[in-house]
Amino acid sequence: MSVNLLEVQNVKKYFPITAGLMLKTVGNVKAVDEVTLTLKEGETLGIVGESGCGKSTLGRMIMRVLDTTEGKIIFNGQDITNLEGKKLRRIRSQFQMIFQDPYSSLNPKMSVEQIITEPFYVNGIASLKEAKKKVGPLLTRVGLKESDRTRFPHEFSGGQRQRIGIARALALNPKLIVADEAVSALDVSVQSQILNLMMELKEEFDLSYIFISHNLAVVKHISDRVGVMYLGNLVEIGDKDELYQNPFHPYTKALLSSAPEPKRNVKKEKIILQGEVPSPANPPTGCPFHTRCPKVMDVCKEIRPVLKEVNPHYSVACHLYQ
Amino acid sequence: MISILRKGNIGNLFNWFSIIILVLFAIIAIIAPFISPYDPNAQELTARLKPPAWIDGSVSGYLLGTDNLGRDLLSRILYGSRISILIGVLAVIISGVIGAVIGLLSGYYRTVDAIMMRIADIQLAFPTILLALAIVAVLGGGMMNLIIVLGITGWVQYARVIRSEVLSMKSSDFVVAARTIGVSDGRLLFRHILPNILAPIITIATFQVASTIIAESSLSFLGLGVPINIPSWGNMLSQGQLYIGSAWWISLFPGIAIMLVVLAINILGDWIRDLFDPKSK
Repeated sequence: MSVNLLEVQNVKKYFPITAGLMLKTVGNVKAVDEVTLTLKEGETLGIVGESGCGKSTLGRMIMRVLDTTEGKIIFNGQDITNLEGKKLRRIRSQFQMIFQDPYSSLNPKMSVEQIITEPFYVNGIASLKEAKKKVGPLLTRVGLKESDRTRFPHEFSGGQRQRIGIARALALNPKLIVADEAVSALDVSVQSQILNLMMELKEEFDLSYIFISHNLAVVKHISDRVGVMYLGNLVEIGDKDELYQNPFHPYTKALLSSAPEPKRNVKKEKIILQGEVPSPANPPTGCPFHTRCPKVMDVCKEIRPVLKEVNPHYSVACHLYQ
Repeated sequence: MISILRKGNIGNLFNWFSIIILVLFAIIAIIAPFISPYDPNAQELTARLKPPAWIDGSVSGYLLGTDNLGRDLLSRILYGSRISILIGVLAVIISGVIGAVIGLLSGYYRTVDAIMMRIADIQLAFPTILLALAIVAVLGGGMMNLIIVLGITGWVQYARVIRSEVLSMKSSDFVVAARTIGVSDGRLLFRHILPNILAPIITIATFQVASTIIAESSLSFLGLGVPINIPSWGNMLSQGQLYIGSAWWISLFPGIAIMLVVLAINILGDWIRDLFDPKSK
């Protein structure tokens, strides 16, 4: 299948900075600045980048939890950028989210059964009685016990809570799941369990994932394709193996070289970047990375590079390759 | 009882104490006409300002003594429980419901917030007594109107606290999660957010019961509330203060009654709050 399940077109998210008595807008925090990407059905797209690069904001815009400032989000052929109210709620069942913090993403006053039945009856899919019948199979599928249904979130460990969150996301039989740092808050041993569970569920339920994480190894493990973000921009996107073995963009190279290597005697050259990430409230002109790029050229300071295909299905936004 | 103390389960003992107190006062309020030794308004001018039965100079038959008009204090306290408890509880329920709805809406919708919080500011800047005067002038006096006045004037405290709780809660992950599964705004506010902010609401409510019982007395004192011939703990207190130096019992006993009810409601409020919290089970 090569149908585009999700198309994100030139999406921007600016948060206004207000000041003064009249709350005049004096500037914008450009959290996401023109991102374009597509996701095919059945694919897992990993989004990596350091904190503050806008990857979570992008995920929340795709989920329509945050409104976009500019650009379009097209889900399954339908423009959902400006859907509101009932229409939005109807289509929402098809894309669900798994959250970073399993402690705050479950309502502490609701039992597991209430949490998992809710998606069914608020969407009119099943009556409460029918919905209750579906709780058991869902719980066992994500690796919990059926008897856990009467318990409350605080009685579970972080990994178990994340399983409850996954069961809730699965309840509506979605096509797309946005996982925003879904395993970052968990112990390493639990991380792999949850990742494996997510990969199994993907086959079983024909899911597509957008997997947002700062953890390069985790993204490599689960993704088919990977996108790298820097300061609100997507700088490189392409096939996982290609990107990890032979990255094009200087930022990706630096990012990958900074990741610890599991094999001790493999010496690799580390690229140490100079300086700090510029503030998204005042991003540099031209290429957002030019202030720290080891291969900076004059053109980088003036013109912002656009994503350009360098290999089939592999795009880079860098003047070196244009 | 000793075994309860030994288990360190003193909290439970207080809970039962408060339930017993409240049930007792409720029964008293209902059967006041049958257990009162005297008509609460019957004046015995030859027995004015008599002290309680265990103090020298008392007149037999007046267990808690008499007030400045020679009325039996015990009977007045028994009758007064009807007015005070009714007003205290009803007014708090009214203001709690109004305040909760306004607080939830203004925490969630910015436009409602802009309007309602300005109205709240205006009401806070407005003296309560003056507002009550205005409302009574329009609606007329009487107990029902007194309850409405006290109910309407009390909403601001709830609304402000609830609003700020909603503001901090609406961006939390479980609220976002609820939105992504398609929960409507109304259900989100009342099923997801409200149960999680019950604790401060109950705390305010228990304090409000006390201040409402007192507020009733000051309004009645001004002649805006309960007619002077209907005894309430509040107006007994305010009458008693004139004689506090010579006949302390006139204000002490209704004061104890108010204290017991308020204390019991406070303890009960804490208990109810814990009951709603799955973590404490």
